[in-house]
Amino acid sequence: MRRVLPGWAGTWGRAVAPVVVAVLALTAWQVLVTVGRVAPFVLPSPVAIAEALGAILPQVVSAALATGANALWGLVAGSVLALVAAALAARLGWLRSTLVPLAAVVAALPIVALAPIFATMFGATSELPRQLVVTVVVFVPVFVNALRGLQSVAPVHADLMRACAASGWAATRTVTLPGALPHVFTGLRLAAAGAVISAVVAEYFGGLQSGLGSRITSAAANSAYPRAWAYVTAACALGLLFYAAALAAERLTTPWNRRTS
Amino acid sequence: MSPPSAKAMVEVSGVTQRFGTTTALSDVSLTIASGEFVTLIGPSGCGKSTLLRLVADLLTPTEGTVHVAGKTARAAREAQDYGIAFQQAGLLEWRTVLRNVELPLELHGVGARERRARAEELLEVVGLADVADKRPSQLSGGMQQRVAIARALAAKPALLLMDEPFGALDEMTRERLQDELLSIRAREGTTVLLVTHSVSEAAYLSDRVVVMSPRPGRIAAVVDVDLPLRATGTPTDVRESPEFFAATTVVREALRAPARVASP
Repeated sequence: MRRVLPGWAGTWGRAVAPVVVAVLALTAWQVLVTVGRVAPFVLPSPVAIAEALGAILPQVVSAALATGANALWGLVAGSVLALVAAALAARLGWLRSTLVPLAAVVAALPIVALAPIFATMFGATSELPRQLVVTVVVFVPVFVNALRGLQSVAPVHADLMRACAASGWAATRTVTLPGALPHVFTGLRLAAAGAVISAVVAEYFGGLQSGLGSRITSAAANSAYPRAWAYVTAACALGLLFYAAALAAERLTTPWNRRTS
Repeated sequence: MSPPSAKAMVEVSGVTQRFGTTTALSDVSLTIASGEFVTLIGPSGCGKSTLLRLVADLLTPTEGTVHVAGKTARAAREAQDYGIAFQQAGLLEWRTVLRNVELPLELHGVGARERRARAEELLEVVGLADVADKRPSQLSGGMQQRVAIARALAAKPALLLMDEPFGALDEMTRERLQDELLSIRAREGTTVLLVTHSVSEAAYLSDRVVVMSPRPGRIAAVVDVDLPLRATGTPTDVRESPEFFAATTVVREALRAPARVASP
């Protein structure tokens, strides 16, 4: 049941409020840069960034596609690996006690440390190092959340399965897997945002000049700040797209689960 | 051990249940006849839920034997001789109401059409036919518990086990569900073993009330309840009858008595 509150808090308010805030913030930014004494190389105005974006839109799109493809490959590979690992770890105690600390180690690995090493290992003419960086970054949140989900069968459901004399696989299919799905999607949502960030950052360390990250560094190196910001805007949009896609998949797959933020 | 008698639905003999150093049940014996409605009542820690879980073969007794429907508890569980409802409805929130009721049949390999027909019939019985396609989260607590009871009855069990199924409900809903339970039981001829800590619930529903006492859990008294108005009167008539008050008084006194004896 939705309680109807007066004024802002309705559905309209919820949709409109962020837009209004964004417009106000952009306006304030524009005013600050034009009226105040902020040099354009310190902070270009939103209008200048938009103009740059318009001028090089085809390049921005192709860079976003390159980075997006890396993020997607890494996301898929990392998630599949993490789900398989979580499924095995949930079943085998000895594997769990090995993988959980290992996941903590992987979580502590900074991508900025990994990216140059992978770049050297796999050569500068390949997208593989970037995809691997994303895979590593994606693995941890998906693994940790999926494992938690697989291990969090409600006691009453466990009793019910036993009372109904359900076989191990029947219980897994009926109770464990559907119950784990919301947790898996929490992990995937975290991973989706992280995938884009790490795909962008992985490009900062040389290699192919195809993606958003390398374009941002080269634009900044050439003092073309509005252009650099145009690519940053695209990176932000790409991250949002990934997050929204994960959220949509979650809503579609777990329609009973309404505690998503 | 002597072989279980043919007429007994549940036969618990000499059961002791220990969890580590704690003795939850000490030398408990109880026989429930086919068609009987028996309630286990007692304070927290008296082992009433433990006893129910032993009958359900969710626990294996440390000592003693449990037979259900003439088989070992394990064989009876595997044959789905009993249905069970817990204090939490424990519905699968990703399934519709109808598919929740179908669950026990599905797990026992009953065909789709047949289990659907049975589930629809049961939802009719508990008065929830119109919410068959809703999800559990869209239902009130009382409605969820009715779905859980329908689910427990799905496989037409000879025995219905209930662990405080109405414990979390308000008094009005509770009384309505108690009456529904009585009419379902009359219709399906099910033997019922129910755990409660409500004196009036025990007296209202049961043929026999088993009063238990804690530390260690054991049977302190067994009270036979005979409410003649059950056959002829309305639920209100029964609840307001002198026999009902007399029965609650006896149960209440039996609950208090062991406490006086217990302190050395």
